[in-house]
This record gives sequence, C-alpha cells and structure tokens, in this order.
Amino acid sequence: MSASLLLDRVTLRFGGLTAVSELTLSVAGQELVGLIGPNGAGKTTVFNLITGVYAPTAGAITFNCRPTARLKAPQLARLGIARTFQNIRLFGSLSVFDNVRAAVQLHRPHGIRDALWRGRGFRKAEEAVAGQVMEILDIFRLAKLRDEPATSLPYGDQRRLEIVRALATRPRLLLLDEPAAGMNPTEKLDLMKLIRFVKDKFQIAVLLVEHDMQVVMGICQRVAVLDYGVKIAEGTPDQVRSDPKVIEAYLGDDHED
Amino acid sequence: MIAGSRRWLLAALAAAFAVSWFSPHYNRYYLGVAMDVGIAVIMAVSLNLINGHTGQFSLGHAGFMAVGGFTAAKLTMLTSNAFFPLSLLVGGLMAACVGLIVGVPSLRLKGDYLAIVTLGFGEIIRVVFQNSQAFGAATGLTGIPKLTTLFWTWGAAAVTVYVVTSLVNSTYGCGFICVHDDEVAAAAIGVSPTRYKVTAFVVGAFFAGVAGGLYAHHKQVMQPDGFGFIRSIDFVVMVILGGMGRTAGVIAAAIVLTLLPEFLRVREFASYRMIIYSLLIIGLMMARPQGLFTFGKKSASSV
Repeated sequence: MSASLLLDRVTLRFGGLTAVSELTLSVAGQELVGLIGPNGAGKTTVFNLITGVYAPTAGAITFNCRPTARLKAPQLARLGIARTFQNIRLFGSLSVFDNVRAAVQLHRPHGIRDALWRGRGFRKAEEAVAGQVMEILDIFRLAKLRDEPATSLPYGDQRRLEIVRALATRPRLLLLDEPAAGMNPTEKLDLMKLIRFVKDKFQIAVLLVEHDMQVVMGICQRVAVLDYGVKIAEGTPDQVRSDPKVIEAYLGDDHED
Repeated sequence: MIAGSRRWLLAALAAAFAVSWFSPHYNRYYLGVAMDVGIAVIMAVSLNLINGHTGQFSLGHAGFMAVGGFTAAKLTMLTSNAFFPLSLLVGGLMAACVGLIVGVPSLRLKGDYLAIVTLGFGEIIRVVFQNSQAFGAATGLTGIPKLTTLFWTWGAAAVTVYVVTSLVNSTYGCGFICVHDDEVAAAAIGVSPTRYKVTAFVVGAFFAGVAGGLYAHHKQVMQPDGFGFIRSIDFVVMVILGGMGRTAGVIAAAIVLTLLPEFLRVREFASYRMIIYSLLIIGLMMARPQGLFTFGKKSASSV
C-alpha cells in the first residue's frame, strides 16, 4: 500500500490571523515533495497541522483516506507517518542502538506482560528487534557507533540518526522539518544524497519542509510555494523557479540558482 | 541478563527464605533494622521507576504507602492472620487504584507542577486517614499483628527489583526512558507518553502499597502522621542519591540511608544524629549531584 496524504482546502485561523488559507496539497506514492516559502509563510504551521499539533479551522486532512485532523502523534506514527524535528530531538540518555530500538517497538508484538515473564517468545522477539535495529543501522553506516550515547555524535550523524529513528517506525510517509538547518555545504550535499537514498531504498513518500533553495531544488520532484499562508505556485523545480509570483515573493531578482 | 533474570529472582527469594528461617536466633534489634532496609529498598526502587526512569517528579510516594498500609492492616485485623499475604496484595492493588485515579489527571502536568500536585495528594491521604474513624483517626491503627518477617520484606524487595528492572530492561521499557528524555520525540515514534507515565505511576504505587502493608505488620502501628511530606522526601533523597534511574545505586542508597541513622544512634552521636545525617546529605548533594553511585554511561540495556 502506498501513501497518500491529502490536504483539502485546509484553513487555520488564530483569532483574526489566517495562518494557512485554503491550502490544497497532496503527497502520494513515492513522491518527494518540497514545501518552501519565505520566513513566516506558514511552512511550520502546515507541518504542525499534518502532525496533529493544530486542528484545522476548516478543510480536511486525510492519510490513506482516513481523516487525521483529530489524531495525536502516537496514532499518526502507527498509521505510518514519521517525522523529524527542526531542532534535533534524540533521546539523550539512550545509546544510538536504543534510540532506534525504541522506534522499532512500534510494531512489536510484545508488551508489558512479556517483558515481565521473559519467556522464550520474549527472548526471540527481543533478538528479532535487535536484528532489525542492526540492519537499519548498517544501511546508514551507524552500526559501529551503536553503543555511543546518541547526543555525542557529530551534528551530521545526529541528523542521520534522527532520520534512521523515524524510518525504524516503518513509515509510508516521512516528514522532514528543515533537515538542512545549520548544515554546511558539504553536509547539505550529503543530506541530499541521503534523502534521495531513503526514498528509493524504503520506497516511501517524503515531504520536505525547507528553507534552503539548493536542497529543495536539487532533489524534489514537485515543489509547492507558500506565501502568507497561501499556496502561490506548485510544479517541478524548473516551473517554480521561473514563476514570476515566486520570484517576487521569495527568490528575489538575484537568486543564485 | 535477559535469560538469567528469572533464575536470579528465584535465587533471591530462596536466599531470603533461608536467611529468614533462622531469624528466631537473630538479635531482634538487627532483625528489625534488616526489615526496615527491605521496606526502604521497595519504596526507593518503585519510586525510581517514576522519578528516575520515567522522569516524573513525584513527591507523594508515602501517600501510596499509607493507602497500602492502612488497607492491609485493617484487612488482617478484620479477618485472620492467615490472610496476611492476601492483604498485602490487596493493599498494593488499592494503592495502585489510587495511583491510577491520581495519575491520570495529574500526569498532564510536568516538573514542579507535578511535584506540587503529588505533594498535595500525599497530604490529602494523610488528612483523610487522620479523620476517618474506621482507621482510628489521629491515633491510627494499633495492635496490628506482627506478621512481617525477613522473608516477606526481602522477598518483596527482590520481586520489586525484578519487576522494575525487567520492565525497563526491554524494548517495551525503552519507552520509559524515551518519555524521560523527550516526550515530543517519544510521541512522534509512537510511544504514548501518557500511557507510559500512568503505567510507571501505577506500578510504583502498587509496590509502595505492598511496602506499606509490610511496614504496618512490622511496626504494628499505623499513624497517619508518619506518612507526610517528610516521609516522601526520605525516599526521594534515596533515589537522587543513588542516581536517578540506576537501580543498583538506588538500592545501595536505600540501604545506606536506612542504616546510617541507626548507626548514629550509638553512644555519643545519639543526640546529634539528625544533625549529622542532614549535614551528610547536604554534603553529598553538593559533592555528587549526579548521585553517589553513578559511574559511566547509562543505557537501557545495562541498568
């Protein structure tokens, strides 16, 4: 089953302020969609709408035809929506291994009773979980660091680990909230490779909310542009780049792309 | 650890039974202190699940102890001594129910606010018992049969340690530490903070209730005054001194902090013992704020 996230004419008002207005956006199959816009355009608000932090004033958000506006974060994770955070949020007192293990448990068949009884089934399940964790750590070349405290890793690796942790919940859709924030150009290139790799390897849809033009234009198949909560353009990076409205609102006359 | 932990529990229970078998020959004072130690270990380790592993600062643990203690004591007094194990269990369950009722609304709060609400809860429990005729009002319950033995206290302590370490030391239990570290991130990977917090609260309250029952049948009196805020602080100090979330450290701290005031009782220290005790705690807090028994890194797989 492939993913399909649909925002249908979603509006969010805070009192008199319309933060998001009649936004229609879809992410389906194995698309890599970018959502961009100048500061204060409402990108993060849209992100918060999708992840259940805010409920829309009007309009509907559905994931695989299920309305998600009233669901909380753990339920969304169970449906197959995983996310990362703008400011990295790893579990500081857990090792790299346990950070991922905690995410793998979303689909574990065992709970509190097995943890207490510790029968053969429990041990098998724990071994299976460990296997899954190591498999995914291996893919991202983090296996060697398994016992390191997560927050002792270099910045780029922490970003990577956060994406790995999100992927460990076996999502259909991965939401990335400004993953390039605070990265240097080399790290950005690595990140672009990583996102493309993730999409292909795990065959999932990715919605990228990003500030950085280079990253968005470099990897996204489709880009939506927000300005003052209104979608002003949508299309391939080339179409968006040459759209006069976008140039006016965001890129300016002297963008380097 | 995973494969051997059940065997370890059985060994601990057998050891408690064997040691307890000869208890008529022991010095009665030391025997009493040994039981105090067992009860303190249960209280500290169960509080550690809430305050240490899950990071929810509770100041009402003595309240759960009171609920369990009064319930168990009343039950054995109404029935017969043979019901002692059952009344321990009922006391624990009663405390767990109260934990659930208190936990669901108050665990929406964080940090200081949660601490204040749990503190208030502990005081409410104390005042309720102080004013209920059925539990002897301000005098409390007296003449509770002496049924607590070394086996029951140390056995219950072993079970508590087993349950808490087993819970935390599993993929399921990673969730407690995730909630401790970052609730938002925990929710994003499908770990429900509310569920884990309430679970920790209920399990912790259950064992505090059992400890209360053991305490009641050990001291033979239950006075509401003994379960106030100060009592809760005693256990919080054990958890902090042992290193939040370190079971071994918390056990050691519970033992040391129970024995220390007893040793200070001897001869010339007697009149200064509470001063020395409190100075020691202040000194320890300043010298090792991360806990006395905290060495190296902490991970869910090496509790």
